[in-house]
Amino acid sequence: MNCDEVRQLLHAYIDDELDIAAALQIERHLPDCPKCRKEVEAAQVVRTAVAQPAIYYPASAALRDRLKLAIRSEAGEMEAEPKAGLFTAWRKRPMAFSGLAASLLLIIGSLFLIFPSGAPRGQVDELIGSHVRSLEADHLLDVASTDLHTVKPWFAGKLDFSPPVLDLAAEGYPLIGGRLDYLGQQKVAALIYRRNKHVINLFIWPGEGSSQTQTGRGINLIRFECKGMICWAVSDLNAGELQQFADLFKAQKAVSTRY
Amino acid sequence: MSLHATTSKFESAVLEHLDAAHNLARWLMRNDQDAQDVVQEACMRALRSFDSFRGGDFRAWFLTIVRNTSFTSLRRNKTSTIAAGEQSLEVGAEVAADPEVYDPEAIAIRAANVNWVRRAIDALPEALREVVVLREMEGLSYKEIGRVAGVPIGTVMSRLARGRTQLQTLLVEMDQSEPRTTARESAR
Repeated sequence: MNCDEVRQLLHAYIDDELDIAAALQIERHLPDCPKCRKEVEAAQVVRTAVAQPAIYYPASAALRDRLKLAIRSEAGEMEAEPKAGLFTAWRKRPMAFSGLAASLLLIIGSLFLIFPSGAPRGQVDELIGSHVRSLEADHLLDVASTDLHTVKPWFAGKLDFSPPVLDLAAEGYPLIGGRLDYLGQQKVAALIYRRNKHVINLFIWPGEGSSQTQTGRGINLIRFECKGMICWAVSDLNAGELQQFADLFKAQKAVSTRY
Repeated sequence: MSLHATTSKFESAVLEHLDAAHNLARWLMRNDQDAQDVVQEACMRALRSFDSFRGGDFRAWFLTIVRNTSFTSLRRNKTSTIAAGEQSLEVGAEVAADPEVYDPEAIAIRAANVNWVRRAIDALPEALREVVVLREMEGLSYKEIGRVAGVPIGTVMSRLARGRTQLQTLLVEMDQSEPRTTARESAR
């Protein structure tokens, strides 16, 4: 190997990534070549400098705690969906499940019966988690616009449904934009409204269910159905005003234009 | 395995590699708040797709998600220099065009100052910075780095060579008027 060839491989040699034959050739070259030796030495100095512990940024204890909470909150949602767990297990071991097909159908059937009527606790936790995350810097909006004719088309192609979008600025709940979000494995639309200084996340996905209110960690949640969609309004706004917002959104649907 | 057991397994794996995840995100994002946001977002993404993780190297799998989340965030914030960096990398990507090799002792003097080393790493193009961080701070193999950064092993090798060479140049040529860290600070 000549000097140029050696230099091509010098860093792989330093990192012990060469096969033995190539490494030996380089080791034969180095004693005769001060220039290559110098380059190896310089690279080692840089490596040591970058690898020193003072340079490293470990995760803070606060981040660790925050992530533990977030993981458990998200996992709570997954646990509230045993349907998904059974499905996964079935995919992995189809034979073990073949004899249970009938009872599986029964179970899945009953799950469908159960879930539309009451929101699983895990889902509420996840809605709260998603709301809280959205308030962190740069997480709130994917599309920033007070114009429903901008926000609504933005969702097209990103979702397999078209969420109802309303401008409630005149009622004191201006639309400020939209965001794509995930609840469990499901893509959902999130509309963001403002009431004074409070942010309202309105999560929307296809489905049906009765109206319902929940509170958790100082955040109010209201579920209602609108145009064949499940809507969850989530905010730290007081329960009364949030209910007014939910009623307005639901009611305007009934009388206003169809999009 | 029950969902609960899966979650515990995921949680302990994430916590085990959280320092690596944060360190990578911090070097890519270059500020604390963005790094923390990216790590949390990556963590949620990883949890949602943990199903698709078929065993093997969790660290590389998780760091890939952290890396991709970082770049998505950088592009979203339009502060990314990756496009320009990539372009210059395409040209003569194999080996830097005979760069000057500085005297190792001159580099060592500069490298003793933690702040200068930090500034030099920060000044690297993202594509070089990520391979330097993954190799020198996390000790990943070329193969693992290739997987995380989504490039062939040969590219890892040439980027690492360029990254180290540029770091030498940056350290030696760095403006000396910058405040020095005190000995106490650098010892931390």
